[in-house]
Amino acid sequence: MTVYYTFIINRAGGLIYEYDCCPRAPDVEISFNYPIDLKLEMIDNRPTVVFGEKNGVQVGYVVIECNGCPLAPGGRIDSADDDSLAKTKSTKLLDYLADEANYPVLLKFWRPTLSTNEKIILSSMFHSFYAISAQLSPVPNSGGIQVLESTTYRLQCFQALTGNKFLAVGDPTCPPLDQLLHKLHELYSDYALKNPFYSLDMPIRCDLFDQAVQQLVERFEKSGVLLV
Amino acid sequence: MSKQNVKSNSELFSMTYGALVVQLLDDFESDDEVNSQLDKIGYNIGLRIVDDFLSKNPSVGKCFDMKEIAAVLALKMYMGFTATVTDWSPAADEFSLVFDGNPLAEFVELPQEKHGNLQYSQALCGAIRGALEMVHFEVKGTDNEIRVRLIKKLDDHLPATED
Repeated sequence: MTVYYTFIINRAGGLIYEYDCCPRAPDVEISFNYPIDLKLEMIDNRPTVVFGEKNGVQVGYVVIECNGCPLAPGGRIDSADDDSLAKTKSTKLLDYLADEANYPVLLKFWRPTLSTNEKIILSSMFHSFYAISAQLSPVPNSGGIQVLESTTYRLQCFQALTGNKFLAVGDPTCPPLDQLLHKLHELYSDYALKNPFYSLDMPIRCDLFDQAVQQLVERFEKSGVLLV
Repeated sequence: MSKQNVKSNSELFSMTYGALVVQLLDDFESDDEVNSQLDKIGYNIGLRIVDDFLSKNPSVGKCFDMKEIAAVLALKMYMGFTATVTDWSPAADEFSLVFDGNPLAEFVELPQEKHGNLQYSQALCGAIRGALEMVHFEVKGTDNEIRVRLIKKLDDHLPATED
């Protein structure tokens, strides 16, 4: 009964609203002896697990701390060198872990979440997939993607006649999200379009709309049915 | 949660609209400019109100024919008046909406000698034009017995180029 994300995409494929209530996995801290039994590589400038599992850390997890110190951007370790007073030495984490003299070492892992830019990119991709799926249809006058299911989530999409898309991503065991999407469309017309200072097709930054969406999702998660 | 359809006294709306028209007459030199401003205001209202209409009437689907558009426009959801559809053109791309009385001009007597060109309810035409454009139709409307004419069907899969 969990709703992870709610998105509104405008007619041009731009993300104009996102409500993220994805549960956060806790960070995992593990002490390692040489040699480290998880394989790490730099992906998107972050030291990422590419092979191996341990204590809940899986492929895709990112190292964020080493010996209690947050990593600098680019996966580097800043440390004061003992033999010169003010000099700061910057070492790549992967080089640091290759040296046996640095062990044992304490690493903290974080399961990455979608950044705002990633959500914008994914919304544009979905917009294209939606149009392609309508064109690929063997049946004439087909609509686009309405339900997209995987083992870990179900995505449902409702496109209003005006071209705006309302998406919700929920648990596979969720009841159908249609009611949630239609209610979201109502809230959109009530709190966004009737706000005279909201420009069409621009990101929605209205506190009243945020509150209304939050209440809607909470009610849906509680009962699964939305009555007037 | 979401607001229910709030019923309000139509007199309040009529008088608010009247105040708006009088203000525009003060602000602009000619009736033609006031007409275009009213149309623009109505157009902007129509762009937004169509989502409200569609979200509260889920049974209204995509229209593939002007007869379906006419049937939808006749609904009385906002003005409390029903409209009659008459005077179809032979090509079936043009029709007239005749209201039982003008809902906006309930208490209005136009001074014809001073404002002979004023289209008092032009905002209504603009609203229809804006609403239909959001659902991919381009239409033209004129005041006093609203005549709706289909200009073209906008492409479904591309954003409207007139934005």
